Amino acid sequence: MKSTLHACFTKRFAAGPVIRVDDLRLDRSGVTVLFGASGSGKTTVLRCLAGLDRPDEGTIRFGEEIWSDVARRVFLPPARRQVGFVPQDYALFPHLTVARNIAYGLSGIPAAECASRLAETIRWLGLQGLEQRLPGQLSGGQQQRVALARAVAPRPRLLLMDEPLAALDAPTRLRLRGDLRQLLRTLNLPTILVTHDRTEAMALGDAVVVMVDGAIAQQGRVPEVFSQPTNLAVADIVGMETVRPGRVLGVTDGLATVALGTAQVTALADNLPSGTEDVYACIRAEDVVLARDETIHSSSRNRLPAVVRSIRRDGPLARVELDCGFPLSALLTPQACEELALREGSRVLALIKAPQIHLIARAAGTWD
Amino acid sequence: MTPAEWQFIGFTAEMALASTLTILPPGLALAWLLARRQWRGKALVETFVSLPLVLPPVVTGLVLLKLLGRRGPVGHWLHEQFGLDIAFTWRGVVLALAAMSLPLLVRAARTAFEEVNPAFEQMARTLGAGEWRVFWTVTLPLARRGVLAGALLALARALGEFGATIMVAGNIPGQTTTLAVAIYSSVQQGEDAHAWTLAGVSAALAFAAVWTSERLVKRRPS
Repeated sequence: MKSTLHACFTKRFAAGPVIRVDDLRLDRSGVTVLFGASGSGKTTVLRCLAGLDRPDEGTIRFGEEIWSDVARRVFLPPARRQVGFVPQDYALFPHLTVARNIAYGLSGIPAAECASRLAETIRWLGLQGLEQRLPGQLSGGQQQRVALARAVAPRPRLLLMDEPLAALDAPTRLRLRGDLRQLLRTLNLPTILVTHDRTEAMALGDAVVVMVDGAIAQQGRVPEVFSQPTNLAVADIVGMETVRPGRVLGVTDGLATVALGTAQVTALADNLPSGTEDVYACIRAEDVVLARDETIHSSSRNRLPAVVRSIRRDGPLARVELDCGFPLSALLTPQACEELALREGSRVLALIKAPQIHLIARAAGTWD
Repeated sequence: MTPAEWQFIGFTAEMALASTLTILPPGLALAWLLARRQWRGKALVETFVSLPLVLPPVVTGLVLLKLLGRRGPVGHWLHEQFGLDIAFTWRGVVLALAAMSLPLLVRAARTAFEEVNPAFEQMARTLGAGEWRVFWTVTLPLARRGVLAGALLALARALGEFGATIMVAGNIPGQTTTLAVAIYSSVQQGEDAHAWTLAGVSAALAFAAVWTSERLVKRRPS
């Protein structure tokens, strides 16, 4: 299948870190989130795609064009890539008004068309009335929209956004996340968006590329990657609260029985190489259901007697640490805690559906 | 003031302005190259440009005179090809002033360019701007205060230059005599009152230029 963007490159830094992009593909419009901890090389990847940094090895292709090919000494300068770039701090030209910032990339097209495109972009992003302001006179959210407007006004072929919400305060960030999703949907441009925030990645992305220590650790559709990490590093970064080593005791009809600590659980074995014995079991805290009553009706395959070790607030929710033969985290509403009368030492039943226990093969004997 | 004094003042102002305008294009180009590009021999060029700041001005003047005099390699060629004479003409004055004030412009402009966040220039490139447009629409406007301050310092330096000017252009009243040179020869001839008048004008001009330059550098845009 032909991909729009295909990148395989290496970028080295004098200070030591090496960024390796192995087979990054983007083949449809939609938002691909480049997700990873800070320092994992996400911004470098974006800068290489924009042409602001030069890879040390490898190639970047866009459709039929070669943007960068180190071996053949081909390098297309950023000015000719037709890429929209929104850096983390927006880098709005401080000496130009909002209108002139947005129109900066529209030089070289007829004045009439330039004016109509400027007006259209301003209207679309709801920036009417701010045209003559300078960037210093705008709020963070307005600056973000101006930066997006400036990047998309020239109708780029690819949109790159570096942590578009990171420069905003928390309430604004939440409010604008939804807006941004809506805008990106309407744009229908191939977009790569960098973030280190799991919620942001899930809220904004169609596909996700997880970067760990300067390399792509996994890529795929957002729900797949977030629910089925293929290795421990990805599981850790996508926020699987419970990751425990276990041993597969047997597999029947695609369901594996796994020994976890002193407990046994049933999990889906569909993406586990056959014959795998040593695994990590990954469970999201929000997928754990707690019950007081043994007789409760539930479709959950796993009903694990557990003792509450601790309860603490986690934002609007309560995080309950349990011991059910292995340490397990659960995320509940405070109301649910009240109803179950949870206290430290309470005995409860932890219910987990088999598909929500995700198994990752591990090398025998590894666990630190 | 006498008509002769007015002539010295007017001539000096003209020469200093001409010199500042002459060094602006090459000075800004050089400052940009020093601030934004890595190249072989950069350290050497840096040193050469700043040399007139620390060399005795008469030495700079001597070097220029030997190059530009009618028997000098450059001066001879210019005379043969275009019938142009540099030494002991107003052109010699402009060149002497230019050589002496170039370091001030280049150093100030270089610092101003270095202070422009490269992120803005990179942003402009991703928006399709070539290097020329990036310079005119982003780098220069953002560095304008520092560049202007440097140009004013260069102008002030040119207004007061003495050593190089007298070497290259001599002291021909009405043709090459600048304020500083006129002050010197007045004192030589015992015309102290005349010298004091011109010295006062000189000090006022220098004060105005440096004061404006300082204001420009200090009042940073928020």
